[in-house]
Amino acid sequence: MFSLLGVPPQVLFGQLLLGLINGSFYALLSLGLAVIFGMLNVINFAHGALYMVGAFVAWLLLTYAGIGYWGALVLAPVAVGLLGIALEKSMLSRLYKLDHLYGLLLTFGLALILEGAFRHQYGVSGQPYPIPAALQGGQNLGFMFLPNYRAWVVVASLTICFGTWFAIERTKLGAYLRAATENPTLVQAFGINVPVMVSLTYGFGVALAGLAGVLAAPIYQVSPLMGTNLIIIVFAVVVIGGMGSILGAIVTGLGLGLLEGLTKVFYPEASNIVVFVVMAIVLLIKPAGLFGRER
Amino acid sequence: MTVASNATTIAMRGSSRGTGTVLIAALLLLIAVAAPFVLYPVFLMKVLCFALFACAFNLLIGFAGLLSFGHAAFFGGAAYIAAHTVKVWGWAPEFGLLAATAVAGAMGLVFGLIAIRRQGIYFAMITLALSQMIFFLALQLPFTHGEDGIQGVPRGTLFGLFDLNQPLTMYYTVLAIFVAGFALIWRTVHSPFGQVLKAIRENEPRAVSLGYRTDRYKLVAFVLSASLAGLAGGTKAIVFQLASLTDVTWQMSGEVVLMTLLGGMGTLLGPVVGAGLVVTLESYLASTSLPVPVVIGCIFVVCVLVFRRGIVGELMARLPKRGH
Repeated sequence: MFSLLGVPPQVLFGQLLLGLINGSFYALLSLGLAVIFGMLNVINFAHGALYMVGAFVAWLLLTYAGIGYWGALVLAPVAVGLLGIALEKSMLSRLYKLDHLYGLLLTFGLALILEGAFRHQYGVSGQPYPIPAALQGGQNLGFMFLPNYRAWVVVASLTICFGTWFAIERTKLGAYLRAATENPTLVQAFGINVPVMVSLTYGFGVALAGLAGVLAAPIYQVSPLMGTNLIIIVFAVVVIGGMGSILGAIVTGLGLGLLEGLTKVFYPEASNIVVFVVMAIVLLIKPAGLFGRER
Repeated sequence: MTVASNATTIAMRGSSRGTGTVLIAALLLLIAVAAPFVLYPVFLMKVLCFALFACAFNLLIGFAGLLSFGHAAFFGGAAYIAAHTVKVWGWAPEFGLLAATAVAGAMGLVFGLIAIRRQGIYFAMITLALSQMIFFLALQLPFTHGEDGIQGVPRGTLFGLFDLNQPLTMYYTVLAIFVAGFALIWRTVHSPFGQVLKAIRENEPRAVSLGYRTDRYKLVAFVLSASLAGLAGGTKAIVFQLASLTDVTWQMSGEVVLMTLLGGMGTLLGPVVGAGLVVTLESYLASTSLPVPVVIGCIFVVCVLVFRRGIVGELMARLPKRGH
């Protein structure tokens, strides 16, 4: 049996895979945050809570309506997206003229409400969610065992990330979006309904979080606390990557997930804080973030 | 418009009414001295600790325009230092508190050096992330005892004279600490240094063009705020004889934001009022089956949407009208 740097390959690749999966979630969530921030100038603290809501919608659909994974994969993001649009229309839209910090404070309150309500109803212990039949089992790659579901999560989230990147950077709708990010007044003068676009952007951003929640449900347990601890790491990811570029958000998310996986192999005590340490170092060397523009 | 700028201009107008302020201060102090004979001292001490914590936080958001979402790191971190020095090393409480304040100040220096490199919303995210790092350290380091925290911290004897196990002695000590901290904040806000901070909050490029090294001013304000938050946390550890993970969580950082927001950002008394209300509300909710985070979250949402000036800010906005 060969080993790399004194670590058995199963352990190394196992942790790298886990890191890649965490990284996929970081990428999906920081992508949503970046899209929302670009358009609304709001840092959506409720993003983690909405990711948790996505996972819970999937679990509720399965438990009470008998709708399985594939149905939930469509319905849960739609439900979270609609919830997001309702929140944007009723509350967030009142704050655009104020300091951006109020948006952060409002969504912080919303996160507390969502998390507290689910916690009150379902307790802190997680609810198990089964892996769909089509994705059970795994492949033996020779150097490691690759569970099918985990491979699916990585492929699915990468597809969604690059799909979003393509939609924003290469399509006409995306061009409107980018234009409205740069100068909403002018875009509105050209006859585009910017307030609707803002609502849809927020809905889309949080739908991505809901989708990530469904993808995560079979891997981690469905628990009320799954979102907020994640979102703080994603904030660090966003600070490291800088919010200027979509591709930057994706690359940084994946990269930090892998780095976290590697840290778990070589120095497990530091795995919880490695992302924050990287953030501090990046801020000292390149304050705008790796892919950010200085403003 | 920057956060709380409105409230402060009103607050500044209010504070220029010389003798009135002195009278109000004397009256409030009198109430605080008499309070333990009416209310439960431990409850009052909790209010005072959180009030000092919120005042320290308000120094940043209200007077320098910096939203720190990681102040729990200083509050809870200092609580661990005070508890450890007093319990394990057997230090006297005054030295434990000094150590707690100093360590919180040093943490503030490190946090500040990193976070001040970005502004606005990024500043909030960076402080939040750094405080989450402190949370994980507190969870893993051996001296903090993980989930158990440091329990059974002796209150000891202050200066070798005052036995802090007496509830009233403890109360007046906490009151003295609070008044000292509050006076320091009051002095800072009304000093030339405080004026520069306000200038930075209102228009940083302009302050730079006038020749101020704004980063240094912000850093000093950050360290001062962190030290005072640490003093509050250390005091809380001595009062409750406990330092635990609760005080370093992001929820605690959010709570101090709420206290300040509810009372009135940028007003001197606002955070005190807000802390009193939130602590009262929480001790009331503890006896009901209502979920505390949901209620706190609802207050947050309502405050941000319709009540941004906070209670004291709202009062001050109305008072001058009546005077005319």
